[in-house]
Amino acid sequence: MNTLSFIRARHLLIAAALAFIALFLVLPLVSVFVAALQKGLAAYGAALIDPDALSAIRLTLLVAAIAVPLNIVFGVLAAWSIAKFDFPGKSLLVTFIDLPFSVSPVVAGLIYVLMFGAQGWFGPWLQEHDVQIIFAVPGIVLATIFVTFPFVARELIPLMSEQGRDDEEAALSLGASGFQTFLRVTLPNIRWGLLYGVLLCNARAMGEFGAVSVVSGHLRGITNTMPLHVEILYNEYNFVAAFAVASLLALLALVTLVLKSIVEWRFGYHHGSAKH
Amino acid sequence: MITLQGITKRYGHYAALDNVSLEVRDGEFLALLGPSGSGKTTLLRIIAGLAFPDEGSVQFNGEDVTHLKVADRKVGFVFQHYALFKHMTVADNVGFGLSVRKRGQRPAKAQIKARADELLDLVQLGGLGERYPAQLSGGQRQRVALARALAVEPQLLLLDEPFGALDAKVRKTLRRWLRDLHKRMGLTSIFVTHDQEEALELADRVVVMDHGVIEQIGTPEQVYMEPATPFVSDFVGETNRLPGGVHVRPHDLEIIGGTCEPDGHELIVDNIFRKGGVWRVEGIFSDNSVVELDVDASLKPPSPGDSIRVRPRRSKTFTSTGAKSHEQA
Amino acid sequence: MENALSSPLQMSAAPVRHARRSKRNRSVIPGFGLTMGLTLAWLSLIVLIPLSTVFIRSAGMGWADFLAAGFSPRAVAAYTVSFGTAFAAALVNAVFGLLTAWVIVRYDFPGKRVVNALIDLPFALPTAVAGIALTAIYAGNGWVGQFFEPLGIQLAYTPVGITLALIFIGLPFIVRSVEPVLEDMSAEVEEAALSLGANPWQIFSRVILPAILPSLLTGFALAFARGVGEYGSVIFIAGNMPFKSEIAPLLIITQLEQYDYAGATAIATVMLVASFAVLLLINLIQAWSRRRMNG
Repeated sequence: MNTLSFIRARHLLIAAALAFIALFLVLPLVSVFVAALQKGLAAYGAALIDPDALSAIRLTLLVAAIAVPLNIVFGVLAAWSIAKFDFPGKSLLVTFIDLPFSVSPVVAGLIYVLMFGAQGWFGPWLQEHDVQIIFAVPGIVLATIFVTFPFVARELIPLMSEQGRDDEEAALSLGASGFQTFLRVTLPNIRWGLLYGVLLCNARAMGEFGAVSVVSGHLRGITNTMPLHVEILYNEYNFVAAFAVASLLALLALVTLVLKSIVEWRFGYHHGSAKH
Repeated sequence: MITLQGITKRYGHYAALDNVSLEVRDGEFLALLGPSGSGKTTLLRIIAGLAFPDEGSVQFNGEDVTHLKVADRKVGFVFQHYALFKHMTVADNVGFGLSVRKRGQRPAKAQIKARADELLDLVQLGGLGERYPAQLSGGQRQRVALARALAVEPQLLLLDEPFGALDAKVRKTLRRWLRDLHKRMGLTSIFVTHDQEEALELADRVVVMDHGVIEQIGTPEQVYMEPATPFVSDFVGETNRLPGGVHVRPHDLEIIGGTCEPDGHELIVDNIFRKGGVWRVEGIFSDNSVVELDVDASLKPPSPGDSIRVRPRRSKTFTSTGAKSHEQA
Repeated sequence: MENALSSPLQMSAAPVRHARRSKRNRSVIPGFGLTMGLTLAWLSLIVLIPLSTVFIRSAGMGWADFLAAGFSPRAVAAYTVSFGTAFAAALVNAVFGLLTAWVIVRYDFPGKRVVNALIDLPFALPTAVAGIALTAIYAGNGWVGQFFEPLGIQLAYTPVGITLALIFIGLPFIVRSVEPVLEDMSAEVEEAALSLGANPWQIFSRVILPAILPSLLTGFALAFARGVGEYGSVIFIAGNMPFKSEIAPLLIITQLEQYDYAGATAIATVMLVASFAVLLLINLIQAWSRRRMNG
């Protein structure tokens, strides 16, 4: 295989792939930081400590703090029931769990408007009881849960299926209770897969735009998450501020990628699914 | 004593076990021997309480345990791939069963540690308690799995293909060691294997299974010398099938000089090689089947192409009405 | 034989009946009822019931109204833009994603780990951030756009810009679908083909491509489905001109803002049906590939 033409072809292929990645992935990433720092550090800092920016950051953190733990609990429960037992309709259930991945984020927002909006199923009842879901924080949380719904389960189901039932059966045969078995045997076995799923789930929860945009109402300082705040600033031609807030989200993405890579390299975790 | 009655287990239309009944005596070392798909592992799991039969009952000392789960049966189970907890040290693995007991019955940490060390000494792994399973060899992991199963003081030890994942040399050493351990402890033990040599060497009695039914239960001697069915004859040891349902072992065939014996068979020698202490002769029978026989290594073997006559010294005939043994005087 | 067994069988008749009544595939592992119950409840509340609103609302509209809203000229133009750009982007990604996966799996080069980590950037980077960054790059005065502006080619605010954004979004789907299959395929297979006298092109087209085709198609379908529904990374660069560069998700939002719930719902229904069709297609591809691999 070490003929000259093969070596030349190899270099050519590597160069082509790297050029493609540089153009399509690296360039946009770099441009965020360059645009954010265009007018210097002072302007950058000012954009971040703006009260509306701060409230967007707080809301984004709050939404993730609710959506991610709920999806962890659901993901673990779903993976346990699907991976450790045999029952008819299993693949259908997995397909249903995957469903949010194939639904447009805008439709994800729309369905909650149809449920809880003024003209929605529960709209009149909610109005009567003075509960606001759409154009308020609960709607943002719901839409975020929907779009991040499959992340943890999707990661754990193949992992736990592959690990089989031997370890759990061994623990049970040694007298452990179901809860002890889960806590002391299953959980340590799936911890890296769980962390991997949580990282991606969190990145999406903090960065979701389309679904949240539909249900938020864009009330400055009240129902604006960071991505929505970026949009507003951008549409106001306040580019430096828009890119400054965007750079925080880009940093979040970088941290996610670094942690994810650490889980892969350091702990040899191989995730099994290409669906995100 | 363990009594199984009419155990049946189906997966869809396929019967993994079909009306299996069996008694296991106290203190005995029993082998469940059969090819893959024979139902032996399913039977072991049903005895353990890891699987449950569709029909039939399991009794431990007269007490019906059919519906008891594994945790309530006081059995030790050694898994085929050991199922050691990767994230725990060897000592923590061994002590796991004691550490998950209810608060009142749980020994103190130091006691659990002492018990784990004691068991590790027993399986000759003293001093390795602080290692992780990944740092051990296959044979060592196997013994950790055994020590872990013994730590809960089971009334019954179950082993699923205990040597299946080991290389030939380690397997042999470990086999001898396990037999000695069983003799010393006297714990009723059942192991599953597809390796007839392993079953014959270790077990007090062998249960030969195929397609979800028991073909024969007997001592290694009985199973080898008096196979009850053609399947047992084929599966346990080497067997030549001659016309008329005659089964004969390679070492029970002898070369004869004359042509007058009525039960002689003509063979064309195809290949000869040394097999341990004997010559193994492969001959082609008149119907093109291969017949194998052993010739004393001190004798001059025939050459390829030779035509020889052979006669069974000892054989077994299986017909539709039953099995019959023949022995030459 | 039968006589000898009859009495113990009779004795154990009661437990036998009991066993028949109990669950067929009883497992020793606990928690099935609890975890399955909670899974189904949560799945229904968050996903299935909310999704059903779209179909129930559409069903209530009647055919004529549904067709008028879901297939108005403006909606059809939006579908054309969404599906067309998503298809073009998936096509580009099929080529370059396969190339990237190949290079990552087969070759060693400095910085390979960083490149491998970067592939997932579109999964991790919020779409709105990607949207404004891509717009800045491809706008007429942007880093890339400035080279095309003098040639009279406008990248941003056209379907080309939408396609560029969808290439960004879709790349990891192809790479991550193909990568594991390439990893499983040993270099020996290629060497075997080489030893049999095949040239590199024959090796690629007759040995490698057939083996990875199911995963490539799966990745293509995933990237396409994502592209059709994508919103955040597209709207900044799209231009959003009705009939020209307006994507279907944006049209839903526009109609919602005008309180045209019926219109929004009809378009959403069409998009959902399209994504379910893609989902079905993916499952068929995978079933086909499993059947092919297992003989």
